[in-house]
Formats: sequence, structure tokens, C-alpha cells
Amino acid sequence: MLADFLQYDFLRNTFFTGILIGIIAPLLGTFIVVRRLSLIADALSHVTLAGIAFGLLLEKKFAIMLSPLYSGMAFSVLGSILIERLRGLYKAYQEIAIPIILSGGVGLSVIFISLADGFNTELFNYLFGSVSAVSQNDFYTIAGISIFIIIIIGLFFKELFTLSFDEEHAKIAGLHAKYIHLLFIVLTALVIAASIRIVGVLLVSALMTLPVAASMRIAKGFKQMLVLSIVFGELAVIIGLISGYYLSIPPGGTIVMVSILILLLSIVAKKLKNYNRRNKTVK
Amino acid sequence: MTDVVVSMKNINFAYENKQVLENINFSIPSGSFLGLIGPNGGGKTTLIKLILGLIKPNSGSIALFDQPLDKFSAWDKIGFVSQKANTFNRGFPATVFEVVSMGLTAKVGYFKFFTKHHKEQIQQAIEQVGMQAYTYENIGNLSGGQQQRIFIARALVSDPQFLILDEPTVGVDHENVHRFYELLYQLNHEQNITMLMVSHDTGTMTEHATDIACLNKQLHFHGKPDEYHALTANDLSRIHGHNVNIVTHDH
Ligand SMILES: Nc1ncnc2c1ncn2[C@@H]1O[C@H](COP(=O)(O)OP(=O)(O)OP(=O)(O)O)[C@@H](O)[C@H]1O
Ligand SMILES: [Mg+2]
Repeated sequence: MLADFLQYDFLRNTFFTGILIGIIAPLLGTFIVVRRLSLIADALSHVTLAGIAFGLLLEKKFAIMLSPLYSGMAFSVLGSILIERLRGLYKAYQEIAIPIILSGGVGLSVIFISLADGFNTELFNYLFGSVSAVSQNDFYTIAGISIFIIIIIGLFFKELFTLSFDEEHAKIAGLHAKYIHLLFIVLTALVIAASIRIVGVLLVSALMTLPVAASMRIAKGFKQMLVLSIVFGELAVIIGLISGYYLSIPPGGTIVMVSILILLLSIVAKKLKNYNRRNKTVK
Repeated sequence: MTDVVVSMKNINFAYENKQVLENINFSIPSGSFLGLIGPNGGGKTTLIKLILGLIKPNSGSIALFDQPLDKFSAWDKIGFVSQKANTFNRGFPATVFEVVSMGLTAKVGYFKFFTKHHKEQIQQAIEQVGMQAYTYENIGNLSGGQQQRIFIARALVSDPQFLILDEPTVGVDHENVHRFYELLYQLNHEQNITMLMVSHDTGTMTEHATDIACLNKQLHFHGKPDEYHALTANDLSRIHGHNVNIVTHDH
């Protein structure tokens, strides 16, 4: 089944990119979920869409060839900085930053898209992902970003973990909460921009959170949860890409459905484990 | 070597328009165990937040280890167990070991990793609070009192010289409260750690602390437990603003 993916260049690019985002999306997703920020990923993916639409508009109307990957990334990072600032402004209602940025992203997207007189098939690909959209250049960029993200998370792992668990305590201990938050949200923005080609705007947050939701049911401790999330994310991407390709379905859909299947299995596994334990103690 | 761990001079503090602390002057000598008591809303937690630099006084000055608070940076000398610890996010997927390790994060510093030595320190702190059987258990699966002990281990792991505890025994059962005070006594006497502890359990507090302070907007009393016991019923009701026999544990 893998044969096609290794044979055709465009599929190979997609496949390797998929393997990378199968690592970085759940990696960042783990921190996002434990900090109860799942919706931030959605807000940022819609801002990324605005950036992509902007890039396509430039290309179509002004013949400026800027890969939408870059314009999407720029918008996403700017959006992430804005979210952090808004969260600082509305201390007691931090979640309000999310609808503000999300609707702003959608609004801008609509404007850019109509200014460009629409771009239907491309837009469809960006919304739901595509198996054939990753160019050689995109792949190199995403590979660079992935390595960067993994190194930074490795370096700041204990700080991010400590801050996620108990922000007040971390601040008292002298951690620079503000800068670490900013770093974290910018990394999140990069992951989203990198993932959108394959999973699509509407489903990128699912790849960040569903594998985490599944591993949360069965893992012991944070590190184990992190590793398991990546395993689940990887499984979802690989199975989703291959089945999407053979069934001619955008991979966003198949990846998310595989993720949901894994989530259901993990819930059942947990139930069985508890059931067995209870039976043992009864005997 | 410093002789005074905390000193507060003419501290006033208000949340918006509500005056909470009025003209507070006091210091905590190194090696002492100060029990801070007072009614709900008396400003105890606020006082601790001021010491930790989480909020700024409207007037007055605070010094930690002889340094003005805004210049103080050796936060690893201070361990803190907050009143909120027992209402934290129970679902957080972290093992006891991982939670205690967080007490070392800032001390180890940026761009450095935990070494074998750090891991031994973490184990030791867990043993100190008698929780070694639960080292790899998820923190969410422990009882409230057990969790509280883990948070104490997190405060102890960085070898603090000054330990601040805001009602750490809420939710801890009777026998463990006793063990807990023994642990504090041992830390205070053998390792010479200075203590500031808030509790509504006046009886146990006067038994174990070397000094007692009563806070109700103003500092109404600061002295030895004997002196506190010598206070008349009249003094007490003035200090506490109500009948002292009422010991509240709910939050
Ligand atoms: N963040 C805040 N904003 C506004 N007012 C506050 C805030 N925190 C505390 N207060 C008020 O300040 C007063 C002192 O509160 P504080 O928490 O310091 O009391 P406490 O002595 O610790 O009480 P308890 O025994 O209940 O823990 C209370 O009247 C409270 O309503
Ligand atoms: Mg309090």
C-alpha cells in the first residue's frame, strides 16, 4: 500500500511531511490540552487561513509569488502574539481572546478570497487538506520548522511543564512566565501553519488535541502521555493519508476519523482495565 | 549570614478601595517558626502574597534576607505551599515524581537538564513526607491530604531556607496533621529552616510555633505563645473580631 507513496515524488513529500506533523502537532497539543487552551489552535488556524488567502491574492492579482505557506505562517505568528496580548488585557476573561481572533481570521479570509474573485479548488484543499499539495520546497521548510520546534521544546521542557501545572508557583520560583508563554504560542502558530497543507484549516486543531485526549485516558504521568500522544498522532496521520489517497477523500477527514477511532479504543481500553481490576479485587 | 529573613515596614495595602492591611510592621528572625493566625478575610494570604512579590504594597517597604524585595532574586531560598494547592486541577496528568520535580525547575535553571543528583533529591523529598509508595502514581488519584503532602515535598525539594505555608493542613486527617507538625518541627530545629505558617488551628499552632502573630487588618499581637495564652478573653475578641472558639476549616 505504501508503494505509491514512495514511488511518486509529490506523495513522498506529503508522506514525510505527514510524519513530521504527526510528531509536532501532538507534541504542542499536549501542552495545549493540559493548559485548557484547545480552542486557541482553532483561532490560530483561521488566522492562518487569512494569511494563505492573502498569499493567494498577491499571487493572483499582483503576480507576487510568495508561497502561501509563508504568508500563512506570518499571519499565524502575528495572530498568536495578538492572542497573548489580548489575554493579558482581559485577565479575568482570557478565553475572550479566542472568539476575537477566530472571527477576525474568518473575516479577513472572506475579504481576501472575494478580492481574489474566489479560488475554489485551492480553497477546498486548504480547508480539508490534500495529499498532493506539498511541494519539495514546502517539505524542506516544514522539516526545518519541525527540527526547530523539537529543539526548543526540548530545551524549555521543564519550564513549560512547570508553568502548565501551576502558573503561580512557577512565577514565585522566578520563571519568566510571560516570555515562556509567548514562546509557546509562537511555536503553536508555526505548528499550525506547517500542518494546514495536509490536515486543513478546519481540522488542524483535531490533530493537536484528539491524540492527547486518547492518551490522557491511559497514560501514567506527563511524559508517558506525551510519548503516547505522538504515537497516536503518527498512527492517525499514516493510516489517514494512505486511506485518504486510495479512497480519494481529503486526508483531513480520514486523519481525524482515525484519531476519533483511537480515542474510542482508548476509552474502551480504560473501561476494560478498570473492569478487570474490579473483578480481581472481588475475587 | 542574615539574622532577619523577612522585614516589613509601614505596609499598607488595599484591593481597589478596600483597605486590607494597615500599617504592618514586623520581622521574622532567622530560625524562628512564626504562626500567623486571624479570622477569615483578615489579610493573611494577602500578607504572604506581598512577601512573595505577587502584589505590591501601596506604601511601606519589604525586605527578604536583608535585600529590598524588588532587588531580591534568590527565590530558590524560599519554599511556598499555597492555600489553593488543595483546589488545583485534579485531572492534570502528572506523577508524584513529576510534580515534586517542578520544585527544582527554577533552581536548575534554563537550558539545563535534571541530573541523577536532582533525581535523588526528588526521591528524598518524597520520602521526607512519607509518600514514597506513591512515587509513580498520578497526582489526581491521591486524596486531598496526600496531595497536600506532595506539595510540601515540592516546596522542600529545592532546600529552602525559608518555608511559607498557607493553611497547609486543611484536608489532612488528624494523625497526619500530627506527623506534619513533627516534620515541620524537625525541619525547623535540625535544618534550621525559618517558617511562616498560616493556620486556623490556634491550639496546635501555639504548641509548635516559636512566635505567634495575629492579623486582622492590623497586626494585633506578635509575641511568644506563652504571652498569647496570657491574653484575656477581652483581648482575644478584640484581636479576632469574633469569638475565638470558632475554628473554621471551610474554604
Ligand atoms: N484578588 C482580590 N481582589 C479583591 N479583594 C480581595 C482579593 N483577595 C482577597 N481580597 C479581600 O481581601 C481581604 C483579605 O483576604 P485574604 O485572602 O488575605 O484573607 P485571609 O486572612 O487569608 O483569609 P482566610 O482565612 O479566609 O484564608 C478579604 O476581605 C478579601 O475579600
Ligand atoms: Mg487565606
